[in-house]
Amino acid sequence: MVNSGDTAWLLMSSALVMLMTPGLALFYGGMVRRKNVLSTIMMSFACLGLVGLLWVLYGYSLSFGTDHGGFIGGLNFLGLANVGQEPSSVYATTVPHLAFMVFQAMFAIITVALFTGAVVERVKFSALLVFSALWLTLVYIPTAHWVWGSGGWLARLGALDFAGGTVVHLNAGVSALALVMLLGRRRGFPNDAMEPNNIPMVVLGAGLLWFGWFGFNAGSALTSGGLASSAFVATNTAAAAAAFTWMIVSWIHKRPTVLGTVTGAVVGLVAITPAAGYVTPIAGIPIGIVAALISYYGMVLLKIKRGVDDSLDVFACHGLGGIWGALATGIFATVTVNGAGSDGLLYGNGMQVLKQLVGIAAVGGYAFILTTVLGKLVDVTVGLRVGQEEETVGLDISQHGERAYGGLLR
Amino acid sequence: MKKIEAIIREERLNAVKAALEEKSYFGMTVSEVSGRGKQKGIALQWRVGEYRVDLLPKLKIELVVLDDDVSAVIDAIVINARTGETGDGKIFVMPVETVVRVRTGDRNESAV
Repeated sequence: MVNSGDTAWLLMSSALVMLMTPGLALFYGGMVRRKNVLSTIMMSFACLGLVGLLWVLYGYSLSFGTDHGGFIGGLNFLGLANVGQEPSSVYATTVPHLAFMVFQAMFAIITVALFTGAVVERVKFSALLVFSALWLTLVYIPTAHWVWGSGGWLARLGALDFAGGTVVHLNAGVSALALVMLLGRRRGFPNDAMEPNNIPMVVLGAGLLWFGWFGFNAGSALTSGGLASSAFVATNTAAAAAAFTWMIVSWIHKRPTVLGTVTGAVVGLVAITPAAGYVTPIAGIPIGIVAALISYYGMVLLKIKRGVDDSLDVFACHGLGGIWGALATGIFATVTVNGAGSDGLLYGNGMQVLKQLVGIAAVGGYAFILTTVLGKLVDVTVGLRVGQEEETVGLDISQHGERAYGGLLR
Repeated sequence: MKKIEAIIREERLNAVKAALEEKSYFGMTVSEVSGRGKQKGIALQWRVGEYRVDLLPKLKIELVVLDDDVSAVIDAIVINARTGETGDGKIFVMPVETVVRVRTGDRNESAV
């Protein structure tokens, strides 16, 4: 039975999550050097085209179609067959099946866009497109089925992931790291100063991400009532706590940077994602604070101490933030917020932490191995990296034949 | 005829311009430049950690004057651009072979 309030909220949420991908494009685009702004933006924006197509053709079906052994969905929704104006009998049963399908499409799109931040300024665009199609098919689709698909093995195990801490963030973060291992550092890293070309653009992007995240998390309630409101407040609270924490930590080290503060907000949003609809809104505070600390010092260790050129810190933000968020869900979850969830460690159920760890290990391990294999495959066929001259000139001109800030005349 | 190129601090431009104007030197070309000298650079922050930027923003003033006016112009610039700290800039003076005023086609002294 279609509920108009739920439907309105889910359609609105789908639009909000859609806006996160151009938001991410600006967030990433502002952080690179000016010769790579457009190419960085394109890596995200192109996902709206590529994944938007693949999702309706077969992505939704293989993720949410009839279960096969807990690992993959069936072909019964291929090309949106049997996905219509009536609700699904299994998913979001108060909204048209099409609304649930398109809400899920936006998640798939942004997940692929997320990992591109690790490989900017040197990855070949054609190779990235081929890799993205393979990754969506062989990594995102199966793991989305494990966690969210009816009959998925992690769902049956009882691992909780409200809005995509493992499926979206851990998946993208771990894959980003694996891809960087294959691709190597940017020329000149870490000795050359690589200055962000436009930090105000980063702030605009972060603002759009925060805004869109209400659709991501509160929309994942799939209804427009109390649970959505609880997830909404938990989301905002975690973002606030993490932004504030990052600002203070940055201040202790030297100055309260704008780039750091908006990064903190995003990391807080990442961490609250799996927990949003299972924890009390006030639990957003410890979840956000710890997320900022883990991500900050993770970046120090990974990038500064080890010299790993995960260029826009996708692993530190989404991998570490995703791991913490999944664990935090196992700690802070309570059935008083969501009867469909479980109690966590603080409510006397230590087993939930173990289940969350299984989810982290399974999705993280699978994503790392598959990304390494698929990345290698694309490297030997298409070649992952641009040539030296193309990298020096910049990817805007060498990959797209455009420049962001052109023209001598005003 | 001489061309005077002065690299100065951005915040000293108005004082230098006013002093030159007072002596009736109106014409000049100003551009934003980056450079370094003894001042070295500054440390900026990324999300974590710092990176050094060793080219700092300065302004470059260019003007062409008659030989007799060179020292007066240099004095005006030096007095008004100086703070006494490293990074105050430099002045270069070089000979000019030909000057043409585009509007009239006038050449050399009458075009300066």
